[in-house]
Amino acid sequence: MNKITPLLILFLVMSFVGSLMIGQANASFGDSLSALFSGDGPLGRVMQDIRLPRAVLGMMVGVSLGLSGAAMQGYLRNPLAEPGIIGISGAASLGAVVSLQTGFAALFWLALPVSALGAALVAVLMILTLAGPRGGSLTLILAGIAVSALASALTSLALNLSPNPYATYEIVFWMMGSLADRSMDHVWVALPFCLIGWAMIASLGRALNALSLGEDTAASMGINLSRTRLVLIIGVAASVGAVTAVSGAIGFVGLIVPHILRNFVGARPSSLLYASALGGGVMVLIADIAVRLILPNGDLKLGVVMALIGAPLFLHLIYKTRGGLE
Amino acid sequence: MRPSKVISFTLALILGASMVQAQGPRVVSMNLCTDQLVMMLADPDQIVSLSPMASDAHSSAMIEMARSFDQNSGSAEEIYLSKPDVIVAGLYTEKASVHMLQSLGLQVEIFDPAESFDTVRANILRVAQVIGHPERGVAMVADFDARLAQMKSGIFQRPRAILYHANGYTSGAQSLSGEILTAAGYDNVALELGLTWGGTVPLERLVMIEPDVVITGRPFPGHSRGEEILRHPALAPLKMSAHTDARWVCGTPLVLDAIQDLQREHPDKRSQ
Repeated sequence: MNKITPLLILFLVMSFVGSLMIGQANASFGDSLSALFSGDGPLGRVMQDIRLPRAVLGMMVGVSLGLSGAAMQGYLRNPLAEPGIIGISGAASLGAVVSLQTGFAALFWLALPVSALGAALVAVLMILTLAGPRGGSLTLILAGIAVSALASALTSLALNLSPNPYATYEIVFWMMGSLADRSMDHVWVALPFCLIGWAMIASLGRALNALSLGEDTAASMGINLSRTRLVLIIGVAASVGAVTAVSGAIGFVGLIVPHILRNFVGARPSSLLYASALGGGVMVLIADIAVRLILPNGDLKLGVVMALIGAPLFLHLIYKTRGGLE
Repeated sequence: MRPSKVISFTLALILGASMVQAQGPRVVSMNLCTDQLVMMLADPDQIVSLSPMASDAHSSAMIEMARSFDQNSGSAEEIYLSKPDVIVAGLYTEKASVHMLQSLGLQVEIFDPAESFDTVRANILRVAQVIGHPERGVAMVADFDARLAQMKSGIFQRPRAILYHANGYTSGAQSLSGEILTAAGYDNVALELGLTWGGTVPLERLVMIEPDVVITGRPFPGHSRGEEILRHPALAPLKMSAHTDARWVCGTPLVLDAIQDLQREHPDKRSQ
């Protein structure tokens, strides 16, 4: 807890309410609010079945990606480690697409997030193996490019092979992500793994703090390094996998949010974890409001807005850390 | 020569000529919809080959009949070598193949996709003309108009309906689906939304406008997010009616069967 936490909670509540109030069905604030609680009439259905899941999912996506980004960056001691950039989201998309197209997703309730989680797990393992325990920037980014390229190629292939003519058009959704027209079903499918993943990552605060002093120091402080690594891998795969399975791959959230918040909460990984979870929720909800305001009737992808904000920052970070890349 | 001989000789000539006439030009079709019109209007031995779509169960309304004919792959080379007298194609048939066949000196007749019943009538008459049986076209149009008039009669209430397809696409009145809907005795909600031709209706807007009937497309195999919208819980309280199917795709008299199916749900026609 620190000074910025109440402010972040306030922003989160405001952006959540904002997300509930903005949509194609024009209704006043008061009407929308009472319809949300009563569920009466068509406006009630719009509020409860369309807007509420969208806002809840936006928050879940933001918390998952913000938390995962902060945890990966703390563990690898590298500000460029982000689930989207290093290919974890892309791999989760692939897992979801394969499971949907083969019909595996329809077999049981959690089949879809399980598949995304499995693919995300493989990606995290590949990244950590390729980048090594110290996670040098160059190897990390190169490993990320390789994993992302492979995942997006295989996602496109799976969608192109689908007997459904609409599937091919959805490559963009799986690569850029969107929260449009999701329902409570999607919330329930993603929520269990999100909660597990969040709890696992949140438990790493002390270990990540110790790790910032170096691995030897952390080990001497009684931190079990291999256990930390395992919890991190599963936690990131679960939370990123679950949200990607229902909303597609949304990049840059885990990059931008910790980067901004580091200025307010300092570099201590444990405080950054909580702040990034809240900040991620705010960021995604605001971006999703922007999506609806910029193109009210079109389906502008959330990932497009995030990339427009995030890519310049990414370039800036690369510029700043280029000494370390050489 | 004896007069009787002259008569029988002349008769043989006329008969011979009419035998040739009955055979008519040999035709290749390169488009799903011309496939069906050709099958309805031409003699079977006139049909050299149909388009590859003719046996596609999702789009073609006449797959059973199409089985008894050859299908081409759509390539100019293959069609040229099958030596047809005339080729019928759609406006959006692969341009390169069509140009190639034209430059090889073949007669290619290009048909507009039917966006109204007027185009349906015009296409029927023209296909009949091209295959050398204009009288069959005239008869088919007369029959079409008679059945259509009968279906349109006796409608007093007009429930508000919307055609809702994958990704929230709806067809306006200026489309074949729109005409089918209107002829079946429904008001097209797309007009209330200002969509004359068609366009996208966001889910929220659809829920708010509360149509009496929602008519969706038949789902394709495999998963797509675009079709997931049709099973969204917010649509559950709306009355989801018949699916559109292959009979809605092409401008042929089969659209009358589609109208008849729609009318099973219509309050003024249900009892009949």
